[in-house]
This record gives sequence, C-alpha cells and structure tokens, in this order.
Amino acid sequence: MDAKTASTTEMMAISAGRLIGDGDIVFAGTGISMLAATVAKKIYAPEAVIFFETGGIDPSLEELPLAVGDPRVMSNTAMNAGLLEAFSIVGCRKLKTIALLGAAQIDMYGNLNSTVLGNYHNPKVRFPGSGGACDAASLAWGTIVFMQHEKRRFVERLDYFTSPGWLDGGQSRYAAGYERGGPIAVVTDLGVLKFHADTRKMYLAEMYPGVTPAMVTAATGFELDVSKTSVSKTPSENELSILRNEVDPQRLILK
Amino acid sequence: MTAEDAVAEFVKDGAQIALGGFTVNRNPMALAREIIRQARKELYVVCHSQGQALDLLIGAGCVSRLEIAYGGLGRFAPTCIRFRKAVCQGAVSVSDYSNYQMTLRFLAGALGLPFIPATSGLKTDLVRIDGFSSEDRGRGRVPLHKLVMRDDPFNPGREVILLPSLNPDVAILHAQYVGEEGTVRIKGLTFADLEQARSALHVIVSCEEIVPEEFLRADPDQNCLAGFMVDAFVLAPFGAHPTACFGFYDYDPFHLKLYSTAAETDEAFTQYLNKWVYPIASSEDYLGKLGDDHLARIKADPILGYARGLDRR
Repeated sequence: MDAKTASTTEMMAISAGRLIGDGDIVFAGTGISMLAATVAKKIYAPEAVIFFETGGIDPSLEELPLAVGDPRVMSNTAMNAGLLEAFSIVGCRKLKTIALLGAAQIDMYGNLNSTVLGNYHNPKVRFPGSGGACDAASLAWGTIVFMQHEKRRFVERLDYFTSPGWLDGGQSRYAAGYERGGPIAVVTDLGVLKFHADTRKMYLAEMYPGVTPAMVTAATGFELDVSKTSVSKTPSENELSILRNEVDPQRLILK
Repeated sequence: MTAEDAVAEFVKDGAQIALGGFTVNRNPMALAREIIRQARKELYVVCHSQGQALDLLIGAGCVSRLEIAYGGLGRFAPTCIRFRKAVCQGAVSVSDYSNYQMTLRFLAGALGLPFIPATSGLKTDLVRIDGFSSEDRGRGRVPLHKLVMRDDPFNPGREVILLPSLNPDVAILHAQYVGEEGTVRIKGLTFADLEQARSALHVIVSCEEIVPEEFLRADPDQNCLAGFMVDAFVLAPFGAHPTACFGFYDYDPFHLKLYSTAAETDEAFTQYLNKWVYPIASSEDYLGKLGDDHLARIKADPILGYARGLDRR
C-alpha cells in the first residue's frame, strides 16, 4: 500500500466519514459502513454515536466489528438491547439518525436491491436479503449507501426492490407514507453521488482524484448528471494514518 | 435434559421452528446439529437474520420452508452458501421480510395479537411479492396472506402493512446461563430471542453453564426468561460454536472459513457433516475434535466479551 495515496476502499470510508456530523446517531451495517462509522467517530465527529440493529448501542469499538452480530458491538456499550430497541432508535423522531447501507443494485432514485438477481421466484443469484436495511431506509433520518460502481449495479430497473430510496423521485417518497428519510449520498469506488433536491434524481457530486466524468457515466446504467462534479479532497496523512493504524490495523476490510 | 431428548420431544417433522441468535452470534448450534442427527424433515424455519444454524439445517436437508430477513455470515460468507444454493435450486420455499417486520411478528405472537401494523417497507417488493405459492397460503402453518395492505384508520389516506403474527411450534436458542429451575440469563445482546421464545409453544434453551438458581436470583435484573417459559434446557458448552457467545468465546474464523469452503460443493459439505455432525455423540466429543489449543484461541476476554487480537483475516 502506497503510504501517501489512498486506496479505493480508504477513499470510500473517508468520503462517507466526512458526511457524518457531530451529534449524528449512526446506524452501521456490515463491511465498509463499519469502517466509515468508525473513521467518522475517530476523526470528524467524535460526538457522533454509533449503534447497530442487533441492539449494541454506542460500543467503544476498540476492535473493528466484522458484522453487526459481532461480539465487538456488545463490548463497553451504553447499553445492550435487542432488535426492537435498535429499531425504536432508528425511527425516533427527535434523533438525526443516519444509516450506512450497502446493496447489490441501485437505481437513479437510490432504491436498493439486496435480495436477488433475476426473477425472485427463480433467481439467478441470491443475496442475504433485507436484514434491517429496508427498515433503516424506511425509518432513518437519512441514509448513505455504499456501492461498487458498475453498470450492472447502477441499473435503470432493480431486479428486486428491497429498500426504499426516493421511490419514483419528486415527492413520491412522502406521498407513499414515509414521513422522513431518503438517501443523502451514494459513495462508490469512483466518487460520491447525491440527489437533486426537486427531482430526487442522482447526480455526480464528487470524483476521486484520477477519475473522469466519462469513467463514471460508463459505469452507470442510467442517465447521470455530471455537470456539478468536483474532485474530492485528497485525504491527509493524518486521516489515512488513523484509518490504517487505529480503525483497521488487521486489514480486515481495508485491502 | 439431553439435547437428544429435547429435540426428540419438541422438534417434530414439519414443525415451525424459530432459530435464535444473529448471523455469527449465539446460533443454537448444538441443538441444530442434534436436529440433523435425528434427520428431521420439512421444517418450517422462521427467523430474522440467521447464519450458521440455518445454513447447516438447510444443507442437511431438514428445511423445506423459510420466512426470513437475512441469511449471511459476514465476511465468512456474505450470503449463507447452502441457503443460497437451496433458494436458487428451488429446494426451499422462501418468503422475504425485513428484520423489523419479523421481530414485530414474533412480538405480536407473544402478545396474543392476530396481526400487527407496520410502515417499514411501503411500496417495496418485500410488500408486493410473495415467495410462497397461492396454493400453499392458508395451509397448515402458512398464513393466509404474506401481509395485507389497509388504510390506516387513524390517518385516512395513508396505508399500513398488516403482518401476520407468529406462534412457532418451538423456539430454540442458546444462552450463557440457565438456573437449575430453568431461569435464563443471556449476556451481550438478546437480538429477538426473547420475542421468539415468548411467542413459541415450546422453548428449548441450550446453555454454556447450568448454575444454582440462587446465583441467578441474586441479580434478577440480569435474567430474561422465567423457568416456567422453558420446556427443556440442555447443557452444551461451546454450544454456539462456530458462532460467538459473548463473554465465553468469539466466533471461530478458522472453522467458519473451513465451513465456507466445504459448503461450496455437495461432496465437501457431506464430508463436513460426516466429520462435525453425524458421529458426534456429546459436547465432549465435539470439543475433543476441536482440541483445547484451538478453543483457547477463541476464548473470550471476560471483560471485553470477545477474544482480543484474534486473527480474523
């Protein structure tokens, strides 16, 4: 690993971490979202609280959990509870809860598929399923989604619609009965995408150093506005050092 | 009671069974292995996020129907492998819900409610697509509908999802401690184990230690089920292995990797069962096979609850 240059996974964790604010209540899923939540707390938002759908509320995270069922999410917490308590926090109106999620497919409105490829009744590929992703995407104040940026994943139409984003765009999410929430950003291996405030269509907000708009559109299976993009701030040595040495020293998620 | 007697008495062919634990944590593995040894068939599994117990039961051919939110083992198998294969081959009938929806269904069953409303998942395929065939709906334990959409009577113009409650025939779970009279104490997170246990007609609990009832009653705030809720309890040290048991042992990265490799082919999976399930006569047998040196690697730090510095790569 180049000591000064951030890898793609590092850029993703840092880009998402920068979107977390002090006081945010962060619902972390498995994988990169675990890195991003931890890096946010160690660098950008020390007052943020991390919790897990399993019921681990504000663990000390001395070691990186590999899954939301990892015993590391239960260690030195504010409290240990269960799924119902965790979901009551995700949806709590007075809290600014931000859910970090991953998925296999995403559409232009940030709706997610984490269930199957192909026909649901006779799938080509089966994924783990919603878990708590649909619930977090339904109930949280906002979501940040991690994706590998590939044409087969950024699709016009999801093979299966697991977790709600902005539905059909515009006001449709609220019209459907969701009182709040919706995706704030999609963090990929090429950059960061956000959603237009009126149409709720995805646009390219940031590219990582070395990435071009053409690379992003080539990896996106729907029409994407790239007119408002800028280049991401290069991670500082301090950001990289904390991520590599304190957050994931065993390289469990960082490659 | 022994695991053998508990499974023989309370887990029948075709039973609807709730599996406790969560992905890599506190799966009732000793009980699952016993169910496989007794060759139970046509089980109807109901769970939220399951991992190793589900995958092993599916792989061994014990499961025909499944209501589930998630089948995965973290980085050891992002999607449970035998689960994935069985669903793609149509060997199990599966209907997807979310974790919150499944937990609400257990809660409703525990409270004696016929159904429970939710708004999580409006407009998604979780709500719109049923994995079970219309012929199966309303037969046996299969609810008449996956769910029903209704207008919210308190907020006209808004829709709610009505989810059918669950009252499984049996819930199986693994705990750290059970008292001599059946009082249960779970350390770490309880997930939805308690809702599952309270909703079930029968409850089997395996545990790391059977302790004097006075020990549990000296600190009752820590207890989570009274003994009269428990139909059978079974001493099973390392009974959640290779998943974790907070305060006792971590998940076993070595074994989970070995399993994930084995699960990829039918031959290797059969070999796995022939080594780690079928010939095992007791906990001592299983632990002897793993070996003391190996178990020492995953032994939890009693304060942290997990094995500090465990090589999890």
